[in-house]
Amino acid sequence: MSEKKLAIIATKGTLDWAYPPFILASTAAALGYQVQIFFTFYGLQLVRKEMDLQVSPLGNPGMPMPMAMDKWFPVLGTAIPGMQRIMTIMMKSKMKSKGVASVEELRELCLEADVKMVGCQMTVDLFDFTHDNFIDGLEYGGAATFFEFAGESDITLYI
Amino acid sequence: MADFDQELDASGLNCPLPILRAKKTLAGMDTGQVLRIVATDPGSVKDFEAFSKQTGNELMDSGEEGGKFVFRIKKG
Repeated sequence: MSEKKLAIIATKGTLDWAYPPFILASTAAALGYQVQIFFTFYGLQLVRKEMDLQVSPLGNPGMPMPMAMDKWFPVLGTAIPGMQRIMTIMMKSKMKSKGVASVEELRELCLEADVKMVGCQMTVDLFDFTHDNFIDGLEYGGAATFFEFAGESDITLYI
Repeated sequence: MADFDQELDASGLNCPLPILRAKKTLAGMDTGQVLRIVATDPGSVKDFEAFSKQTGNELMDSGEEGGKFVFRIKKG
């Protein structure tokens, strides 16, 4: 049985957007796929050694807020300093109570399952990061590196 | 005699953890052995069907017991 391949581009660096690439990659690996994730722009936040991912209610009308706050809370209120931190804490505790894995745990499961992770070198330079900022085992490359794997993949996702 | 060789309690875990734990447990078992999985995630019912179709591990049965979802998977 030839191995199926999944290629993902991860471009977002918030807590909520960290889930799709890691959930899909770890599950695909469990189903026998060979998986590669290419992290570019804000997606690089997902491969930092210490992740400090936040979720923002600002400009996000789809986000259910506790105590029906979204019904009576002025939109401007979501921009109050500290609101993002509070919403992130609430989101994390809700996830924990529902048995949803942490992003750290899912990333670890991906690494254990040999999901190959590639960081966009151009973005590393752009934001003045160094390779020390990122997890061990992260490889670096550009668009051509992505296509080398994506070109022979069965599924490619842009997240 | 129990009708399974190993048991995995995935109660309280949400997608995709029950699948990932099952995969990990199956990896340590022999072909033909049976894994019993207990889960509370309603999504796992469809997911374990899909998992066994795609991995060649046979889903022998799936059902509900005391409000929990129970599966038996034979390692292929």
